Amino acid sequence: MILEELSNLSGISGDEKDIRDYIMEKIKNYVDNIRIDSIGNLIALKKGKNSDLKLMLAAHMDEVGFIVKSINDDGTIKFATIGGFDNRILPGKKIFIGKEKKPGVIGILPIHLQSSARKKRVFSLNELYIDIGSDSKERTEKIIDIGDYISFKGNFKRLGQNYYMSKALDDRVGCSILIDIILQTELLDFDLVICFTVQEEVGTRGAEVIAYSEEPDAAIVVEGTTASDVPDVKDSMTSTKLAAGPVLTIMDRASYSNKNLVRFINQIAESKNIKIQYKNTVTGGNDAGKIQRSRNGVKTAVISVPVRYIHSPTSVIYEKDYINTNKLVFEVIREFSFNKI
Amino acid sequence: MENLEYKKLLAELTGKTSVSGYEYKFSKFLKNEISKYCNNIEIDYFSNVIATFNSGLNLKKKKIMLTAHIDEIGLMVKSIDKNGFIKFTNIGEVDPKILLSQEVKIHGKRELLGVIGSIPPHLIENYNKHNVVDIDKLYIDTGFSKYELDEIISIGDVISFNVELISLNSNYISSKALDNRAGICTLIGVMNELKKFKYYNETTFNFTSMEETASAGVINSSYRIEPDLAIVIDTCFGKVQGGANEDTFVLGNGPVISIGPNFNSDYSKQIIKIARDEKISHQIDVEPGNSGTEAWATQISRNGIPTLLISIPIKYMHTPIEVMNIDDINLSVKLITNFLMKQ
Repeated sequence: MILEELSNLSGISGDEKDIRDYIMEKIKNYVDNIRIDSIGNLIALKKGKNSDLKLMLAAHMDEVGFIVKSINDDGTIKFATIGGFDNRILPGKKIFIGKEKKPGVIGILPIHLQSSARKKRVFSLNELYIDIGSDSKERTEKIIDIGDYISFKGNFKRLGQNYYMSKALDDRVGCSILIDIILQTELLDFDLVICFTVQEEVGTRGAEVIAYSEEPDAAIVVEGTTASDVPDVKDSMTSTKLAAGPVLTIMDRASYSNKNLVRFINQIAESKNIKIQYKNTVTGGNDAGKIQRSRNGVKTAVISVPVRYIHSPTSVIYEKDYINTNKLVFEVIREFSFNKI
Repeated sequence: MENLEYKKLLAELTGKTSVSGYEYKFSKFLKNEISKYCNNIEIDYFSNVIATFNSGLNLKKKKIMLTAHIDEIGLMVKSIDKNGFIKFTNIGEVDPKILLSQEVKIHGKRELLGVIGSIPPHLIENYNKHNVVDIDKLYIDTGFSKYELDEIISIGDVISFNVELISLNSNYISSKALDNRAGICTLIGVMNELKKFKYYNETTFNFTSMEETASAGVINSSYRIEPDLAIVIDTCFGKVQGGANEDTFVLGNGPVISIGPNFNSDYSKQIIKIARDEKISHQIDVEPGNSGTEAWATQISRNGIPTLLISIPIKYMHTPIEVMNIDDINLSVKLITNFLMKQ
C-alpha cells in the first residue's frame, strides 16, 4: 500500500530525498514531463488538450523531525526540532539517526530520582538528549555526524478496524493521493501540474518556489489537517473530526480559499455523495498561503484528511476519510473547468 | 552446556507481558523455559515460580535461594467513555511525562493496540507548557467504539507498552521491562553455568510476582522456602544526566554489590573478595536503609535470612526505552556462579 510505504519512509524538512525518489519511481511513466527544482520540489506535468490554462495540485513531502546539534562528553546527543512539535511527547521515544538509521532513545532522569518539583515540570528541549548506547563523545562521533537528520521509526499499522496509525500522515496522505491522481487521471482540457513540495513544516518554502516557477491559474492543496475530536475539547473548539469526511478550508492563518473554487468542490462532493466537513477553526496554515500570494495571485483551495495527534509518531486517520478525500480530489479534477470557478 | 545468547533470551523475555498482579501467563512461559535446568518447578497461588535446581548430586550443604521478580510496571483500564476513549491508571511507579504518544497493548479478551493521547496544547485554557499532563487527563484511543470495546475490554484489564527490544550501538540494548527481565536472564544464565560444574548446594530459584506494587510475591515465597541465604537480583539506576554519582552506576562496568544494614556483611565481604580475586569488574552501592528491593522484605522473613543484593544498572528505569549493556549480564552471571560454587 502506497500510503503505508510512504509513511514508513523518513523525510524531515530539508531531507526529503527518500520520499522524492519513491514518488519519482511511481509516477515517472505516467507524466509528460518531470523535474526536480533547485530547492528539491518534485514537479510533474500532465499536458492537457489545451495548454492555455494550468491547474496545480500540491502536497508536501516533508515531515516534522529532529537534527543533531552537538555531541555531549558522555556520548549523548543534543538535538533540535524541525517543524512544530509538542515537546511533551518526546521523552521515552525511539528515534533513528542519519542515512543509516542508527537507533537511539530520548531518555530522561527516572521518576524515582526526580525531586518533587522536577516531577511536576515537563522536560524542556534543552534538558533532553538522545542515547545511542555510547559512553563517550569519541565513540558517538564515529557513528553520528552533526547535522544528521533524525526521525521517528516507521510504524504504520491498522488501529481498530477502520483507522490507521503512523508517523508522518501529515502529509503522506496528500502525497499518496496525488500519486493516485497521476495514475488514474486521463487527458484533461487543461494542463495539470502536480507538485510534491519540500519544507512545508518550516515555513511552506518549497511552495513559494513552485508557485513562482509554475505560474498556475488555480491550485488545490491536499493536506493532513489537525482533528481535535477528543475528550475535554469543547465542540466549538473542535477544528475537524475523524469519520466526518474530507475537510474543506474556508480560511486559516495562511490563506483565504477562493470562494468559487470551494463552492465548486462542495458541489462535486454533493453530486458524488461524498460527505464533507468544513474546518471549524481559523488555525494552522499550509502551502496554499504561499501559492495564493504568488506573482499576480492564484485561486487556491485546500482539501484535507483529518488527522488526530498530528505531528506525533502516533497520528491517527479514519480509513474512509482518506479514501473519500482521494475520491473527491479525483472527481474535482475530472469535472474541473476554469469556467466553473 | 553451551553458552546462552543473552540478547536473544532478553528479547524473548521482554517480548512477553507480565504486569504486576497479572503474571500468570508469564509464569507458565518461564516454567517451560527453565524446565531443562530444574526438576521441580511449582507455580504458586501468587504466580511465583519456585524452581529447585537439579545438579544431579544429592549432597546437601547450604540451602540457598536466588530471587528475581517477574513483574513489570504497566497501566490499568479505569473507564471507557461514550466515544470509546479509555481512561487508565498506573500499576507501579510510572512517570506520566513519558506516556504521551506511546503505543500500548490492552490485554482484554484479546489484545488491542492503542495510542495514548491528550487534549492538544493549543486548546488548553491558560496553557502552561511546563505543566505535566496528569495521568487522569490522558486517555487511550483504540479506533473502536464503546459498544465494541465493552465486548472486549473490562475495567481492571492491564495495559503494557507495545515495544520490541532493539540493539543500540555496541553491546547496548533498549526495551521495556529490562527491570527485571535482566535479573531473570541473569538467573537463567547462572543455571546454565552451574550445570557445567559439580555443584552441591540445595538451591531454589524463586521468580517472584508483584515486586513493583509492594513485594508481595517474595514475602510469602521466602517464608515458604526458608533458606539459609538469599540473593536478590534486581536492576538499579544507570548513570544519566542529572543523577547523583553515588546513586547511579555505569553501564557495562559490571554488577552492583550493595552494602549496608539490609545485607549480611559477612556474605557481602565474601562476594566482594571473590569479585576482586577473580578480577570480575563490579561496582559498590552503599544503601543506608531500605534498598527498595525484595531484599528488604526477605531479610526479616521468619527467623531472618542473611540476604545479598546484586543489581544490574539500567538507564531510564520504568520507561518503554530502558537501556542496558549485555556485558553486565555476563559479568553478573560469572560473579554469582563463582560465589555459589564457594558456599
